Amino acid sequence: MLGKTAGGLFWMFRYLERAENTARMIDAGLRISLTRSSAAESEWTAILSSTGLKSAYEAAHGAPDGPKIIDFLLRDPGNPGSVMAGIETARTNARTVRTALTREVWEAVNECYMVLKKLLAQPIADRDLPRVLQVIRQRTAIVRGASHGSMVRNDIYNFCRIGTFFERADNTARILDQKYYILLPSVRLVGSASDNVQWDTILRATSTTRAYQTLHEGETDPRAIAQFLILDGRLPRSLAFCYGKIGENLGFIAQEYDTRHPCHALAETLCHKFKAHDMNAIFDYGLHEFISDFLADSARLGRQIEIDYRFTE
Amino acid sequence: MCRLDGMAKQTQFFDEMTGRGNGPRAPYEDYCAWFKNEDTARLLAKSEEAEALFRLIGVTFNVYGDPDATERLIPFDLVPRIMAAREWAKVAKGIEQRVRALNAFLHDIYHRQEIIRAGRLPAEMIARNDAFLPQMIGMTPPGDIYTHIVGTDLVRTGDDEFYVLEDNARTPSGVSYMLENRETMLHMFPELFSKVKVQPVSQYPRSLRRSLSACAPNACEGRPTLAVLTPGIHNSAYYEHAFIADQMSAELVEGHDLRVVDGRVAMRTTRGYKPIDVLYRRVDDDFLDPLTFNPDSMLGVPGIMDVYRAGGVTIANAPGTGIADDKAIYSYMPDIVEFYTGEKAILQNVPTHRCSDSEALKYVLDNLADLVVKEVHGSGGYGMLVGPAASKKEIAAFRAKLEANPGNYIAQPTLALSTVPILTEAGLAPRHVDLRPFVLVSPDRIEITPGGLTRVALTEGSLVVNSSQGGGTKDTWVLEE
Repeated sequence: MLGKTAGGLFWMFRYLERAENTARMIDAGLRISLTRSSAAESEWTAILSSTGLKSAYEAAHGAPDGPKIIDFLLRDPGNPGSVMAGIETARTNARTVRTALTREVWEAVNECYMVLKKLLAQPIADRDLPRVLQVIRQRTAIVRGASHGSMVRNDIYNFCRIGTFFERADNTARILDQKYYILLPSVRLVGSASDNVQWDTILRATSTTRAYQTLHEGETDPRAIAQFLILDGRLPRSLAFCYGKIGENLGFIAQEYDTRHPCHALAETLCHKFKAHDMNAIFDYGLHEFISDFLADSARLGRQIEIDYRFTE
Repeated sequence: MCRLDGMAKQTQFFDEMTGRGNGPRAPYEDYCAWFKNEDTARLLAKSEEAEALFRLIGVTFNVYGDPDATERLIPFDLVPRIMAAREWAKVAKGIEQRVRALNAFLHDIYHRQEIIRAGRLPAEMIARNDAFLPQMIGMTPPGDIYTHIVGTDLVRTGDDEFYVLEDNARTPSGVSYMLENRETMLHMFPELFSKVKVQPVSQYPRSLRRSLSACAPNACEGRPTLAVLTPGIHNSAYYEHAFIADQMSAELVEGHDLRVVDGRVAMRTTRGYKPIDVLYRRVDDDFLDPLTFNPDSMLGVPGIMDVYRAGGVTIANAPGTGIADDKAIYSYMPDIVEFYTGEKAILQNVPTHRCSDSEALKYVLDNLADLVVKEVHGSGGYGMLVGPAASKKEIAAFRAKLEANPGNYIAQPTLALSTVPILTEAGLAPRHVDLRPFVLVSPDRIEITPGGLTRVALTEGSLVVNSSQGGGTKDTWVLEE
């Protein structure tokens, strides 16, 4: 496989995952601004920060404002980080790696693009927003389903998966990075624990509210949320789960090529962190420090994969 | 119920479905029997279904300089163009003869130039021609094949009259449309294919792979590694490049994926650099090697020509084949065919006036309103004048261009191109067509896929079928014996 193709697959799936995650975050923001208008501004700011688009937004629109933020994150042609731009980049990558994709996957991503291009051509009215967000989730899910159902489990598939989990872990970590302080054991929050808006944001932005409640029988506490999103191997959006997968997929490629690279050692070190530490150890080390370290390590791993598999010259 | 009535008044041109307007010709009998029981509204709905399918698959071409419509569909008409096996056999024989002559001509012109010594072709046709590559002199490509892939453009003017319009021996495009059009027809009208027996085209990608592999260079060890070289995602034919690579299980590469490593052209893979044996390039000669040709080219591979000359890679088609499909050389094709095959050309050439010749120029200037004038190196229907369809103003403007640089033009009479009906809201309506069969050349055989790409001018009366000028395509059927 061409190095360029491996890179194209990795980024195609990263962009798809990112677009989907941004849609989840819009969903969380929308929900909060509808139900708790007093908290809306600070929650929107947190959402903007975790997408890495806060300064771009402020430069274009100034103070946080729900409808403007929604349009900015969803479809603003001036925002290269919008959902629409992400889908478009994913599809451009798909065109470059067309020969590595099955017809099903190509058609799913192309149709995702065509449907959303039409749907997001104009600003979305409030009443249509839930439906639009649902279409985004469904369309990206179809691409995921087509990949699962039609792709041969070889290096091509593994590079796609690495892109997906890499972006997903990054996304979960960025949300935690914005909200780590409300998860610290020392924090005393006002109001009833199960109704805390900030916890609500974290769970909604990762679409894990229901999963959390089911697994924790309705008991909401900050420590359990941190444990859930960082270490719980059952949750497909937790850091531990995503890194388990990245390690596995890199391992499959090493096996197929019969060659190990520096990225393999790096990934193993990262995976080990999630196995070796429990929440106590992480809190002792410092939750914020742990997450910052993770984001830095993850960026380093990304660069190493790119070098080891010759994504570029 | 569909009727053929709309076709009756047509007489001026030969219509391939109804002849001179007297009801279905033999190859169309079965189709017309089916068509009569169809409902126009249902067929028009199918037509939309086909368009949606093409969009989904991404069978698009890019239009340069149009940012709003960077990916466009070539309109597809669902009335097939049908030829009998016997009609096709003659066409195929003529093409094969012509392609043989082209390869012999290319070998000769880059070696001893016997045809010039024999006085059958003026030396200046070669000497002052940009398409002639001095770098190819004395070089014999692997298998002595120059034109691995040819797309001969033909037009028909009567029951038994075919003319070759262009030889397209450089990098003919359109084969993906031939294949996708058939797939679409099979998808939409499965019942029709059980009634009418049509020769398949789906073997083309396998044949292409076999044919290119048979031309592997000496340096090749084991099973040849093939790659398709594309200028990239913004090229107008990018879809086709990806399609071909995918269909024949070759890598789709760009210049920046390649470099010369240990005397071979190699592609950057996830496991290091891997040598390529046969490179099917969809990049023009001029951009192939910045060290040899255009130094600013980012599309090619520095040093590939040295590897090529040393037998380290096969380039398909060979650099310098453009000399054989130059429009000025075209006018000598009847002589070229006879010189190398010892036979009369089976397919006719369109009589061609070379405007470099002063007498010819005078004739052309006096008859601009009746002639088709083309640039010698032009393609894609750009920069040409169709006299009978042009306004006085257009003719005057073209006259000035022609007088300023006569050597840049050739002129041909306007042919009465055959028509094949297309489906319109009002039923069937005749439109002019041409035909581009696809030819694969390897040392042991010449293979021509039955049929090819039929291009159709969608505007009533128009003779320009190019997709860049609003033309469409049709599926082309050659019936079983």
